[in-house]
Amino acid sequence: MTDLSKFKQETSEWLEANCPASMRKPQSRNEGVFGGKKFNFPSDDAKLWFDLMVEKGWTAPQWAKEYGGAGLSSDEAKILNKEMDRLSCRKPLIGHGLWMLGPALLEYGTEEQKREHLPKIARGEIRWCQGYSEPGSGSDLASLRCKAEDKGDHYLLNGQKSWTSDGDKADWIFCLVRTNDEGRKQEGITFLLFDMETPGITVRPVPLITGESHFCDTFLDNVKVPKDQVVGEVGKGWSVAKALLVHERTMMADIEKNMPKPKYSVDDYAKNYLSMDENGRLQDGLIRDRLAQHMMRDEAIKLTQKRAFEEGMAGDFDMRVATIFKYIGTEEKTNKDTLITDILGMAGAGWDKENFSSDEQTKTHEWMSNKALTIAGGSSEVQLNVISKRALGLPEI
Amino acid sequence: MPLALNEEQRMLRDTARDFLQNDAPVNLMRQLRNDANEKGFSEELWHKMIEMGWPAVAIPEQFGGLGFGFIGAGAILQEAGKTLANSPFFNTVALGAAAIIHGGNEDQQQSLLPKIAEGELTLALAHEESNHHQSHGIQCQAFIDGKQLTINGNKKFVAEGANADLLIVSLRTAEPSNQNDGITLALIDPSTDGIKINNVNMIDSRNYAHIDFSNVTVSTESIIGERHNSQRLLDKTLDHGRICLAAEMLGGAQAMLDKTVEYLKDREQFGRKIGAFQALQHRAANMFAELEIAKSAVIHALAAIDENQDLAVVASSAKTLANDCYRLITDEAVQMHGGIGLTDEMDIGFYLKRCRVSIQSLGDSGFHKNRFAIINKF
Repeated sequence: MTDLSKFKQETSEWLEANCPASMRKPQSRNEGVFGGKKFNFPSDDAKLWFDLMVEKGWTAPQWAKEYGGAGLSSDEAKILNKEMDRLSCRKPLIGHGLWMLGPALLEYGTEEQKREHLPKIARGEIRWCQGYSEPGSGSDLASLRCKAEDKGDHYLLNGQKSWTSDGDKADWIFCLVRTNDEGRKQEGITFLLFDMETPGITVRPVPLITGESHFCDTFLDNVKVPKDQVVGEVGKGWSVAKALLVHERTMMADIEKNMPKPKYSVDDYAKNYLSMDENGRLQDGLIRDRLAQHMMRDEAIKLTQKRAFEEGMAGDFDMRVATIFKYIGTEEKTNKDTLITDILGMAGAGWDKENFSSDEQTKTHEWMSNKALTIAGGSSEVQLNVISKRALGLPEI
Repeated sequence: MPLALNEEQRMLRDTARDFLQNDAPVNLMRQLRNDANEKGFSEELWHKMIEMGWPAVAIPEQFGGLGFGFIGAGAILQEAGKTLANSPFFNTVALGAAAIIHGGNEDQQQSLLPKIAEGELTLALAHEESNHHQSHGIQCQAFIDGKQLTINGNKKFVAEGANADLLIVSLRTAEPSNQNDGITLALIDPSTDGIKINNVNMIDSRNYAHIDFSNVTVSTESIIGERHNSQRLLDKTLDHGRICLAAEMLGGAQAMLDKTVEYLKDREQFGRKIGAFQALQHRAANMFAELEIAKSAVIHALAAIDENQDLAVVASSAKTLANDCYRLITDEAVQMHGGIGLTDEMDIGFYLKRCRVSIQSLGDSGFHKNRFAIINKF
């Protein structure tokens, strides 16, 4: 037996023996394990599973052992990942530290920074949040103005960060600040790490239209940050931030994988909630047309992802096609959410928990929360700019 | 099912692209239109296609074909769509050969398919009876008496109807019952007594004909597929046509997108290239995205033919997406070119016209979404 097939067998046996049954079911929106000082585990099994995996170093399997990982090779990590998928094991730990800051530190951090922060991330001791957007800097992130003044041994921060996800639950923040006002706007940006307990920080959760508040406004008022907490070079924070964005996409895909498969397809909703005529066709001709159109397009988008992969393997892929996925995928997703709530009618507009089924509540919630999909991570309009420039070669505006 | 072309299919596509760009540019189509050519295609071009073996691409190897499958035929049609190159290829292969491959008896396959592969036989499907595509409700009637079939009725808008060597005609031969659907397909020589063929000039300058059958008698040996029970064969044949037509339409849409983007980079107004205006950039970007997802639906459907899968859902999806994106792109091509887009000197009008006829041929999006909904029981 080769080393890899031995590893596969041992991994599979260990997972079978140690992963609690309840951790092998799809997880709901509120069951993610983010870790951190303020974190309450959603269940005893979640805690047990987390502890066992931390012990193995398998929360960050490819990180070196001295950084809290297991030092697995990429082949071994792939095997672990595949076995966890095969057995439907949940991720024992998720979050910004593990998926975004960790990889960025490995690439840009000093040895001291790595030894200080990576083990705490891998062991779920510190939960991280991200301080990028500002009230005046959304799609145009590079225009950010949060000011970091050089005070010799530290920076003095003043400004405001928006959309700090779970800022009220996080222990530390990785943050983009402006250290230089001159030259290209991308060049005066620096990537900083600091403790959310530092004096001068105020965090205020922002209630969203869903009634939840995952995001916070973070106010920085004369916040002192030691200079050794800069990641990468001063003024080169934009490169670090861009490298992080790649990891954000991996994270989104991983989270998606753990989500429960939807109980009903869109046409199930139509059949369950709407009247049919004597020929078994939906009486509402407009919904019928939208439904057919959506199902065809949804399938065509999935096929396009598959085609891109296969053409890539065959060396016949037109790279320009890669620019369309964020745009067309999120537009169709929000179209689907709107279609489902239209099909539900008043049942797709309920607020209380007594008069609406949990599925109806979920669909109503998704219709609202998924509006973020065409905005976050580069809005549809930004994506269209990208397609125009990179795929079609149209001139700068 | 594969969504990427294999090496042989890519070579076929690249050869077809080079050949058609050189030997069948849009100007060839313009010339045919200027000459009011009744055939609507160039015999010389068709002979070159035959020399290259194109009629044989989708014919199985045991009948003298090349066995590239319909992915191969689709690749050729996409390239043909780019230059609006017309020939008997589509109607002969995508409709005619499909009916014989799936419905013909051994004798018919042995005698007809090699001839198609050699380019010695062209076919057309005489099916429509009204202004709108229908797959059911055929009125054109035939009575079977012993070994004789007597046909009365009218077929409309038969593509290549006045050109083809033989017609495949959809006929009502019986009332539908539990045992049969009442439909029979027959292969008929258009020079048979009682057949009257009237050319119909359409905006795409291709050949269409209304065909009247008045007491036309032919032998029952001309029947393809099951007697009184060939609705499924007809649907399958039509699905081959819908998918292949969608492939041709993608080519046209691609050519119009490319031409429009080129114009946006060239034309200046208000002191800058109009392609620098975001109002146009976003629309062009959307056209690109729509075309790419339509391509996937069409390639998937072509692969479904070759893998002998059920075609109804994939054919209706492919034709709907091709219809919608070809219309979007040709309409936007005219709008973004401005007034010049409406002049005969530009080629855009040819694509606009071909697009309109293609959308109406073998089912518009309303037809196909309705069919998709029925299959999915809603």
